[in-house]
Amino acid sequence: MTQFINLTLNGISTGAIYAAVALALVLIWRATRIVNFAQGAMLMITTFIASELLNEGSPYWVALVVAMISGLLLGAVVERVLIRAVESAPEINAVIVTLGLLTLLEATAGMIWGNTPRSFPAAFSIRGYEVGGTRILFSPQDTFIVIAVIVVALSLTVLFRGTTLGLRMRAAAFAPEVARLLGVRVGHMFTLGWALAAMVGAVAGVLVAPSVFVGPNNFDPILIFAFVAAVLGGLDSPPGAIVGGLVLGLVISYVSGYEEASLAPLAALALLVVTLMFRPQGLFSASSERKV
Amino acid sequence: MVTEYGPVRAVDGVSLSVLPASVTAVLGANGAGKTSLLRTISGLERPSAGRVSLGGEDITRLPVEQVVRRGLSHVPEGRGVIGELTVAENLALGGDWRGKEAAPAEEIYELFPALAQRSRQPAASLSGGERQMLSIGRALMCRPRAMLLDEPSLGLAPLIVTQIMTLLRRLCESHGLAVLLVEQNARSALSIADRGVVLDLGRVVAAAEASKIAADQDLRHAYLGF
Repeated sequence: MTQFINLTLNGISTGAIYAAVALALVLIWRATRIVNFAQGAMLMITTFIASELLNEGSPYWVALVVAMISGLLLGAVVERVLIRAVESAPEINAVIVTLGLLTLLEATAGMIWGNTPRSFPAAFSIRGYEVGGTRILFSPQDTFIVIAVIVVALSLTVLFRGTTLGLRMRAAAFAPEVARLLGVRVGHMFTLGWALAAMVGAVAGVLVAPSVFVGPNNFDPILIFAFVAAVLGGLDSPPGAIVGGLVLGLVISYVSGYEEASLAPLAALALLVVTLMFRPQGLFSASSERKV
Repeated sequence: MVTEYGPVRAVDGVSLSVLPASVTAVLGANGAGKTSLLRTISGLERPSAGRVSLGGEDITRLPVEQVVRRGLSHVPEGRGVIGELTVAENLALGGDWRGKEAAPAEEIYELFPALAQRSRQPAASLSGGERQMLSIGRALMCRPRAMLLDEPSLGLAPLIVTQIMTLLRRLCESHGLAVLLVEQNARSALSIADRGVVLDLGRVVAAAEASKIAADQDLRHAYLGF
């Protein structure tokens, strides 16, 4: 029983990270119908920036905020410069561009910061809480991770559901041409979508960095798991990304705990295959309703 | 004005003007170039020759989102409501760029009481007629000077078509709107229009007062099918 609770708590914490990165993928998918394979590399860059700041003695929170701002800028520049250039071409072109960007960013990071992964501090203690004399597998840092992801998700919900800017962004994503006819500057909304996504990614990068270390390729597995989470939730749905992330986190945690850790990627693959076979639109996607 | 898609000349030397507080109906069969004409006017397509002006200002090269800011609302074909957004959100979006000067949504709900009851529902749940009402209502939110309508009668029951046409006429007179109405349903369009323009393969084959076009039997048989 203790093991089950421990694995569940651990699953929630790692699931929150997958959820955040999945959320970034979903934001970009909704805005521009592109799967951003460079998401992991982009958050790697922003995490390296945070790491550099921390090495120079900056406080943790300053590093986090700077990473978020760099994400915002990086996302905007990538959309404006690279994605805009292939916007009218078939979607596969943009996907290949993000793959190219992935390689470019990882190689550049290796040249600047070296290929040896470095450690990254946690904001809070990573020693589990003590409950009734036993130490559980959930630490103050895990609490921070879960709360941070909840805050990010709620902020995005307020932005999308409660503001006119969010309304414009949703309109631009669902029906770009109609949105333009109504005076929405659709191009700006796409840029903003990418910028926000990269910012969410930057938060996830700083949160996960203490456990995966910071190196050019260290965030690749996170992207793959986040992709599975996003598909599970339905690529279109932000709440779906959160649920997908948590479900995947729990599945991986149970499989690693009860069987062995090396089976985790296999479990993710199985989950992906089962989702695509039985519910290809994902758990939460509304796109099947779209017949306008 | 000329609009081309690659080698296809969809709009071929069409020239027309619409006065405030009047309705001009553009008629013609499928592929006559009606939709292309509207898309070129609102800036969704670029003409290869000719110009578009609104109230004396040249808007030919303006981006779409700027054209609407000059007071030209385009109600797209196929009831272009955004199905994922609620009725109220669709309306809010229509008046968004106008800020505080936008029409209050209540004004639209008064015109279309059916929408008021469904304001919180996603637009995808509306019936065909309600979607058309929402589409028109949304275009009115920004208090436009001119309105382009692409086949508002498409797929609607005759009774609803009559309602919508009557309403268009009323709006045109009460708001001083210049209305350019594209229709295959020539009979009902002509019943509310001041002038009619008949297109065939991108060219104007007739332009006259609506009553004259409706009375010209040869023209009707050849191009309008009634």
